Amino acid sequence: MQQKMKTVTITIQEDGEPREIEIQVPDTGEGGWGDLSKNTYINKPHTRVDAVDKVTGRAKYTSDIKLPGLLYGRILRSAHPRARINRIDATRAMALPGVRVVVLPSDDPEVFSRECRFAGQEIAGVAATTPEVAEDALHAIDVDYEVLPFVVDEDTARDPDSAQVHSDRGNVGEPRVGEQGDIAAGFAQADVTLEATYRCQVQSHIALETHGNVCQWEGDKLTVWASTQGVFSVRGELAGHFGIPETNVRVITEFMGGGFGAKFGARKEGVICALLARKAEAPVKLMLTRKEEHLATGNRPSAVQHVKLGATSDGKLVAYERTNYGTPGVAGSANIPGAPYLYEIPNYRIEQTSVFTNAGPMAAQRAPGHPQAAFAMESMMDELAEALGMDPIDVRQMNDPNEVRRNMVAMGAEHIGWKTRRSATPNSGTGRIKTGMGVGSCRWGGGGGRTQAECTINPDGSVQVRCGTQDIGTGTLTLVHMIAAEEFGLKMEDVDVGIGDTNYPYSGGSGGSTTAASVSPAIKGTTMLAKLELFKKIAPRFGVEPGELVASDGNVFVGSDPSKSMTWQQATAQLEDEPIFFHGQWLPGYSDSGVPGVHFVEVSVDTETGLVKVDRVVAVHNSGMILNPLTWASQVNGGVLMGIGYGMYENRIMDPATGYMVNANLEDYKLMGSTDIPEIEILRYDEPERGVIGIGEPATIPTPGAIANAIYNACGARIRDMPFTPDKVLSALAAVKEG
Amino acid sequence: MQNFSYVNATSIEQVPSLLGRSWDDAVVMAGGTDLVGEMKDYAAVPKRVVNLKSIEGLDYIRQDDAGLRVGALTTLTDVLGHGAVSQDYPVLHQAVSVIASPQIRNMATLAGNILQRPRCWYYRSEDFPCLKKGGARCYAVGGVNTYHAIFGSGPSYIVHPSDAAPALMALGATVNIHGPRGGNEVAMDDFFTMPEMNIRRENILRPNEIVTEIAIPKPEANSRGMFLKVRERESIDFALVSLAAQMTVVNGTCERASLVLGGVAPIPWRAVEAEDYLRGRRITEARAESAAEAAVEDAAPMPHNGYKVQIAKNLVKQAVQALAS
Repeated sequence: MQQKMKTVTITIQEDGEPREIEIQVPDTGEGGWGDLSKNTYINKPHTRVDAVDKVTGRAKYTSDIKLPGLLYGRILRSAHPRARINRIDATRAMALPGVRVVVLPSDDPEVFSRECRFAGQEIAGVAATTPEVAEDALHAIDVDYEVLPFVVDEDTARDPDSAQVHSDRGNVGEPRVGEQGDIAAGFAQADVTLEATYRCQVQSHIALETHGNVCQWEGDKLTVWASTQGVFSVRGELAGHFGIPETNVRVITEFMGGGFGAKFGARKEGVICALLARKAEAPVKLMLTRKEEHLATGNRPSAVQHVKLGATSDGKLVAYERTNYGTPGVAGSANIPGAPYLYEIPNYRIEQTSVFTNAGPMAAQRAPGHPQAAFAMESMMDELAEALGMDPIDVRQMNDPNEVRRNMVAMGAEHIGWKTRRSATPNSGTGRIKTGMGVGSCRWGGGGGRTQAECTINPDGSVQVRCGTQDIGTGTLTLVHMIAAEEFGLKMEDVDVGIGDTNYPYSGGSGGSTTAASVSPAIKGTTMLAKLELFKKIAPRFGVEPGELVASDGNVFVGSDPSKSMTWQQATAQLEDEPIFFHGQWLPGYSDSGVPGVHFVEVSVDTETGLVKVDRVVAVHNSGMILNPLTWASQVNGGVLMGIGYGMYENRIMDPATGYMVNANLEDYKLMGSTDIPEIEILRYDEPERGVIGIGEPATIPTPGAIANAIYNACGARIRDMPFTPDKVLSALAAVKEG
Repeated sequence: MQNFSYVNATSIEQVPSLLGRSWDDAVVMAGGTDLVGEMKDYAAVPKRVVNLKSIEGLDYIRQDDAGLRVGALTTLTDVLGHGAVSQDYPVLHQAVSVIASPQIRNMATLAGNILQRPRCWYYRSEDFPCLKKGGARCYAVGGVNTYHAIFGSGPSYIVHPSDAAPALMALGATVNIHGPRGGNEVAMDDFFTMPEMNIRRENILRPNEIVTEIAIPKPEANSRGMFLKVRERESIDFALVSLAAQMTVVNGTCERASLVLGGVAPIPWRAVEAEDYLRGRRITEARAESAAEAAVEDAAPMPHNGYKVQIAKNLVKQAVQALAS
């Protein structure tokens, strides 16, 4: 029973050019992960290997790094939404005891601009012996501003007469158009046409650990401890900025307190930290404050969507027109998906624009554009169902081309009791508190690639696995332990794993829900092929082919005759002096891309106070083959909560009169707390034959739309403006009363 | 935070001399849960902080026939855990139970709670030199005033953030103040001041005076109380609107009603018109509605906070009905 081999095509870099080559690897079956029932680790729930270190404080995050002679950096930021710096004078700051260096626009015009385009833009840096002195120094840098007109809301900014954010282009970007079919003909076929405007607010990222770095130079070599989603992206940006080879920069992220898309590259605060450290000739730690996080580290752009939807009387969608705009702040794009979200509509036209405002720039945030698109589309599908007197699920199912999603909708509906527990008539309850149920769906990609790894098997049986990915809190480190332990038949703690370091083999950034699907095939392939090298040395001792050997439970034995066995240590002892070292990479056949997700939500609405409480969420998700169901469920829980936060609480509020963000804290920018968390039930829709697919992003998309639909079902108030706060609920209820 | 000196007071008598003539000279600190945040945000920049926790014997709840006496250093957690409070003063117990979080209640004092500074986002942010910080304007006017006052006519539109203060006011509590000329006792109803009286502060305390004790009279036997708080985020949040209600109802007729709203005005806001309307009337659903209407008759909402009027009205209606049933 020799293991079958199969040929896979991989891409390697040769003289800087990609080249495809064919290699032979063991054939581990459809999906690549073998018979899951026989596994010890993979597809079984496992607590994180670093859980105890994290909860006891032993785990050292970037903000915990202490070095001899460490200085503390801070960034001076523009005090005006739009201004020109005439003069900047750090004399008073430099005179403060403990202030070591200041970096100004004259030190690095690439990082600091004299044109301030939002309140919070970086204009200088300071490093001092304590964080308190560094903060005092910020107040002692004198800046002479020429204050200029500004605009902070996207509606005003669209007016050509409003203040212009950039001098070389207008506030409204080039429209991006997507179209198919003939919308005029489509609407002509429609028996019912609905029109509505949906508004989504700007959302801050709020990673628990703020952005920050510790930078240390030795000559022209730089070591950086970074809170990042991509150690290699930090290395590349810093090497480029300082004109040194990438080999001179080492970036380390051993533990990381979360990232939702805004922690790629060194970013300005990283470059400023390195600048300060170089000028001070001392290591510098620069962690941002929560206020800086809100102002300047990225956000989910707003979206204002004017939507027109046409359907036949039996519910078939025939035409869709959407004009939408949103603000990415001073830079970036506010675009959302450019085709009708989820549903098949033969005729559509979408035109979208980004509107610059004098506010902090956007950054990718957990499923960029999708929650906004899902909220409007899933709200309108409910409005259509209401107009046609149909069940909202029936309207969805007949227009959804994705069979898996249709199955998942049916699965969730059955579980929550859509037919039995939900009232088909909105606002049918009596009393002050009304309850209701709603649904919303999503789609996401989540494939993998671009990861290398290496594995060493030492003669003493110890095993080392290295991969330059980073664990941003999702459990990546644990996955590497699990896969290697499974492959070698060892215990998870017996495998020495190193990640989060650019001295290890390359892996891409942790974004787009791609980490698990990138890292796991690379670890699987590398450990599998390293093991094959070991087996090649052992097989002759048993008189069998290498592929006939099995490593399990601390032993290596002949699969067809387990009595022919030796311990793992006996096997590796055959290596004598020379370890096995294998450098591998991501292989096709172990992962896939493209998943639906469905959330059902139950709410109660207090019709006298306008308070909405999300009581229960049933989240149906599909990740192909789930590596670790425990950390997978944590991802779904976190996604659901972030979605509730966006739907119910979070909102960046800009003061139109002054151009400042008024709630750049965690008191007035409301994140949900423990008692706001509903009961969350997760239903798994497994497709193990597809291999590993990411979950981080799909889990957050459908919630706001599902909540809006549940509110409508509860009390008959249709709220098209997020978040669903008491003021909006009460005014929508008043509108219902007035008819 | 600006540098400051720190002094441990050892007696109440010593405190006035440690404090100064101006609020910029010195401030007192008990739990510090509000003050430290204010200092971090540069809303308070005192030269000196006088710590009261170093004074012995200010942490007590004394009970006698007249009611309760609560020392200035008594924490909210201790108030919450006191048997008499939960049994005889439900309006206070309920109010304290929804203040902040358990961690904050462990540190914060009852006296500090009624002395809290406004949570107004213009006041709290270094970006805005507002009226309350000696500036020229109230940024809530023409700004984002979702959480601002619906009663009063300026010039500042902050709301008083305390949950305990409306409850204490509804119970007819008094405050003991100690200053350079000794102590005096002031009714809670006379303690808080509207912005037109003193734009910089929310009560009658002078810079060199402190609150040493809060005295709470025992409610009459047939009197009942309750506290309602509406907040956007249940886990930890200040009130959009709160209501402390204490009513004496005999055979369905209201003899006395004490209704104090929180989160709606620069001070805890006694709904006098509603109280007057209810006195001597038999409570019916229609009369509860009328009382609620009376409570908000004088409301003058700003462009973004009209919803608070409706919430305030509904809370009064709910409480009157609940306490009469």
